[in-house]
Amino acid sequence: MKQIYGRPKILKEAHFHYCPGCGHSIVNRLIAEVVEEMKLRDKIICVAPAGCGMLLYNYFDIDTLESAHGRGAAVSTGIKRVLTDSLVFSYQGDGDLAAIGTAEGFHAANRGELITVIFVNNGVYGMTGGQMAPTTILRQVTTTCPAGRNPDSAGHPVKICEVFSMLDGTSYLERVAVNKPAAVIQAKKAIAKAFQHQINKTGFSLVEILSPCPTNWKMDPIRSCKWIDEVMVKEFPLGVIKEVTC
Amino acid sequence: MSGNAALGEAAVLAGCTCYFGYPITPQNELTEYMAKRMAEVPGGVFIQSESEIAAINMVLGASVAGARAMTSSSSPGISLKQEGISYLAADELPAVIADMVRGGPGMGNISPAQSDYLQATRGGGHGDYKTIVLAPASVQELADLVPVAFDLADEYRNPVIILGDGMLGQLMEPVSFDHIKPPAEFPKDYILNGAKGRPSRMIHSLLFDTKLEEEHNWKLYRKFQRIEQNEVRFETFMLEDAEMVVIAYGTSARIAKGAIKRLRQENLKVGLIRPITVWPFPTEIIQETANRVENFFVFEMSTGQLIEDVKLALGGKRHIHFYGRPGGVIPTPIELYRVTSRHYYQAVREKSQ
Ligand SMILES: Cc1ncc(C[n+]2csc(CCOP(=O)(O)OP(=O)(O)O)c2C)c(N)n1
Ligand code: SF4
Repeated sequence: MKQIYGRPKILKEAHFHYCPGCGHSIVNRLIAEVVEEMKLRDKIICVAPAGCGMLLYNYFDIDTLESAHGRGAAVSTGIKRVLTDSLVFSYQGDGDLAAIGTAEGFHAANRGELITVIFVNNGVYGMTGGQMAPTTILRQVTTTCPAGRNPDSAGHPVKICEVFSMLDGTSYLERVAVNKPAAVIQAKKAIAKAFQHQINKTGFSLVEILSPCPTNWKMDPIRSCKWIDEVMVKEFPLGVIKEVTC
Repeated sequence: MSGNAALGEAAVLAGCTCYFGYPITPQNELTEYMAKRMAEVPGGVFIQSESEIAAINMVLGASVAGARAMTSSSSPGISLKQEGISYLAADELPAVIADMVRGGPGMGNISPAQSDYLQATRGGGHGDYKTIVLAPASVQELADLVPVAFDLADEYRNPVIILGDGMLGQLMEPVSFDHIKPPAEFPKDYILNGAKGRPSRMIHSLLFDTKLEEEHNWKLYRKFQRIEQNEVRFETFMLEDAEMVVIAYGTSARIAKGAIKRLRQENLKVGLIRPITVWPFPTEIIQETANRVENFFVFEMSTGQLIEDVKLALGGKRHIHFYGRPGGVIPTPIELYRVTSRHYYQAVREKSQ
């Protein structure tokens, strides 16, 4: 019998700790598939965040290091500058990259570090219980903006791809989603493309992934997926934000 | 050569191939030296980072990749590095951090001070951990201790701090590097470099299970005990017949030596114990000395931090005199001579009463 679908070998037998309907589990699987298909296991190093993605080392059968909250891009920089032929990526949430680690991400991008950031944007701080994130949509309710995000006091959603696109060191920035099959296929392509940019040494690459957090959005998984299309995508348009030909 | 430049050259000779730093006085000469020197080293990496937080995390990345990596800063910058130092200790990764201390707290000033002793010797960041802390007193000793720092970091897989101050960093003195040997080989069976032909590795300090976290903390503790047993370094000066013993480290020990020479000319029997490792602290030699010496004199460029370790070592049994100048003031040997002789005569008077 010909097997047409199965578990990527890069994914260990462990059970995901993610909540039902969480986008992290899809993103984890996509990364594992890409690593396997591109035959990267021998040279890839993953830098895990503080956030719901922090237990990546339990799932990936690749060298993985946990970073302090927000410092993934700086840690990746240190690794990649030593192991110039390796492939290094940090996996970061929106609190991780767009709040506490903005400086590290921004300057790694500006220096054109040959690293990739997989940026999971779920609009909230998932791990700590659903507080407001820099990417929370205006008027979206979270535990720390119970009346909805008010731009007068809490500012506006941060658009990392658009901000980073102004930096000459960046070579590939795409925003995708994992809320429906076609989007998931596109997300996988974007991850592969970002890795390819790193391999080709064209510059800093980042894939921003709009990802459902049903638990903290207080929606069921199906509603969460729809909400991405109906609300989130209007604030964070999908597509390639920047691509420098390699 | 300035202390800062000598530190850089010694690091290169000790096999350091990665330097990450952020400008801050009084250690800029080191960052500038490394900018030039790393370009000449095969595989050399130099990054002027966006912050001290980024620099220490780049060190962590380079260390995890198997390189000898270093960063340096001064007091306010070291505060920012403490997060990363805690992670290095938790992850059991080697790294060398130089701290050219300046006056504080807050922005303070750029003058030499010893007010970060407690920060350096007590871990400094969050959690149960220690860093090995080497405190040289001359440019030559600074150069000599740099390879030691890298070797200790590799041997114990722990961050090592070189604790200097603005004076040591900017002092110009002749220095020889002749005796620095190429770095020893240490097993690198923990590094992350792509899981080629081997099982994948993971390095993390998150241990949700409190039992595992406790076990990890005890494991680190046992390592720190080993370091305390094996790595204490100190120097004694005119200790044999001393009736009063000065305890001072780094720049203040140097000032103390000048003062002691003068005191000896007047037959005041004053000696010196100079901790070279301020952690692990040379408790034993102080306790041994206390078997025959009643009066100790702690001298430091702070309002009193080293004195805590001396008090712990003496357990309340002996008389401790103290002289400290904070805020970046450097006392002169004459000043210290006067203060010490005053305390000496006071001690003699009290004894005869
Ligand atoms: C220095 C520091 N501050 C705060 C925290 C607590 N913390 C852990 S994860 C997290 C944010 C997680 O949100 P995000 O990065 O958006 O990732 P998500 O969990 O949503 O995937 C915070 C604040 C920490 N670990 N370290
Ligand atoms: S809290 Fe949200 S982001 Fe975290 S695992 Fe649950 S659904 Fe996913």
